[in-house]
Amino acid sequence: MFWKRSLSLQARETRDAYIGLLPFLLGFVIFTAGPLIYSFYLSFTRYDILSAPRWSGFENYARMASADETLWQSLRVTVIYTMVAVPVQVIVGYAMALLLNLKVKGLSFWRTAFYMPAVVPAMAVAYVFSWMLQSDVGLLNQSLRAIGLPGPKWFGDPNWVLAAFILMSAWAVGGTLLLYLSALQGVPTELYDASKVDGANAWRRFLNVTLPMTSPVIFFVFLTGMIGTFQVFTVAFVTTNGGPGEASLFYLLYLYRTGWEYLQMGYAAAMAWLLFVILLVITLLSLRLSRTTVFYEGAQE
Amino acid sequence: MSDSGSAQAGGALVQPPPEMGGAWMRRQQMGQRLLGRTFLYLVLAVLTVVLVAPLVWMVSASFKPEGYVFEYPPRLIAEQVQWWNYVEAWNQFPFWRSLRNTMTITIGVEAGRLLSASLTAYVFARLRFPGRNALFLLVLSTMMIPYHVVLIPQYILFRDLAWLDSFKPLIVPHFFGGGAFFIFLLRQFFMTIPRDYDDAARIDGAGTFAILWRIILPMSKPALATVAIFTFMAEWNDFLAPLIYLNSQEKYTLAIAIRQWQQVAVWGAGAYVPPTWNAIMAMATVLTIPPVVLFFFTQRYFIQGVVISGIKG
Repeated sequence: MFWKRSLSLQARETRDAYIGLLPFLLGFVIFTAGPLIYSFYLSFTRYDILSAPRWSGFENYARMASADETLWQSLRVTVIYTMVAVPVQVIVGYAMALLLNLKVKGLSFWRTAFYMPAVVPAMAVAYVFSWMLQSDVGLLNQSLRAIGLPGPKWFGDPNWVLAAFILMSAWAVGGTLLLYLSALQGVPTELYDASKVDGANAWRRFLNVTLPMTSPVIFFVFLTGMIGTFQVFTVAFVTTNGGPGEASLFYLLYLYRTGWEYLQMGYAAAMAWLLFVILLVITLLSLRLSRTTVFYEGAQE
Repeated sequence: MSDSGSAQAGGALVQPPPEMGGAWMRRQQMGQRLLGRTFLYLVLAVLTVVLVAPLVWMVSASFKPEGYVFEYPPRLIAEQVQWWNYVEAWNQFPFWRSLRNTMTITIGVEAGRLLSASLTAYVFARLRFPGRNALFLLVLSTMMIPYHVVLIPQYILFRDLAWLDSFKPLIVPHFFGGGAFFIFLLRQFFMTIPRDYDDAARIDGAGTFAILWRIILPMSKPALATVAIFTFMAEWNDFLAPLIYLNSQEKYTLAIAIRQWQQVAVWGAGAYVPPTWNAIMAMATVLTIPPVVLFFFTQRYFIQGVVISGIKG
């Protein structure tokens, strides 16, 4: 009797659960899994949106591998940007958090000031920096000239345009601050005390306690940072739209052009899949790396 | 910086007379501490100035007459304060309509996400059913799929539904799950609510979904606020999706409309002239104010978002 009743309760719970999950499951099929599979199919076709897709085998991938210089340029731009912007985010952001974790007075004031650039919309950032980095009359170059330094042309110079983008991303480095601060505040004080008793100085305490205890968050910032820099779009679209030449043609900018300006949706789908695979590989490699370098409290056995 | 290491080093350099060692050392240590602190605050102040300066200059330039925008050395407030830069700028394109469009989309997304993410999160936080762990893993794994990979098929889907150039592609998908990150965040929060409340309600005859609606949601206002704020930020910033889906000017969101205005230039004095920098800075200021003000007043929810999700990598 009791057994039977509890079974029917369980059955009802299961039924409710699946009713509750219905929107998510439908959304998963319609907006994620279905499109994922369909875009894989499209990547083997020629598709100009107006007429039906035509099967073209590996044509798109062959073109990517050998014939499309622009694709490689866009990858180069994105990778260079990633390789500088992400370490800056990880290290400068961490350094800022360390400073604020030194029991400073007015913590919330500093935190607000440091974090604020991160909530400024990408479009506004793009406008403000393209104004400040004007080659002749911009605020930065005029200031550099005032102290006798020649300012580069920034957005106008193919060799400097990525530096301008890195500057913009560095400005918003405080976006990592809240994560870092909450990690730093979560380090148990006993560990510092124990380390002090052992005679460790501040630097040793940082190396042996702070760094390992916060390494999961450092890793998280690193990984999400890379995923983010591979998907730069708005700032690039608004400031340079890829120029000068193709010097700031970020990957997504080229994907957007291919799909929505050249109407080569099949090729754009192949590009999207390449992006997916790149991000997947980065994630899996980093997770693998994290197993040896990141310390997870309580996970060690 | 309570840096005992370097204090000891300093002590070793100048040997104090043994009889007054204690007090001397302490004063030495305090002096160094004060120096370190001063230096620390100096660094913080310089950083603050560097980080806030671009925003200050943006606002300052938005009030300047055109000829003063590139003046050097720059003045914070020009001789003439020209507040009508703003009015002129938003008379040159359908500013209010675009703002209304952005708000309409945002409200739609908020409704969809708050409802469906909390429903999904509730199922995972409270109910036991076969396949729960696998399905939760599925939710989390969707975080790995970049939006841009599904963008093209979604575009084709919405075209086939004849939804292009409407707000539907930007709103409707959010009613179906509301995004893995938000599901995860809400689930974490729901799990901190004691089950006693559910049990009490169940004894009173409440069904599964009544418990969500009457017990869990009212107790989760902080988490829901966090989701709502993050959503506002994301929608206010959204650029690629509106750019792709909205074609006619009446449908443009604020960001797209400003971009269009800045790019295509305006009809004035018998010729097309690009907007001036002071006008562009005025619109950049308009774009910046809502998220920054929201951030000022809701900082604790940002912090809470970090704490609830308990990101550990």
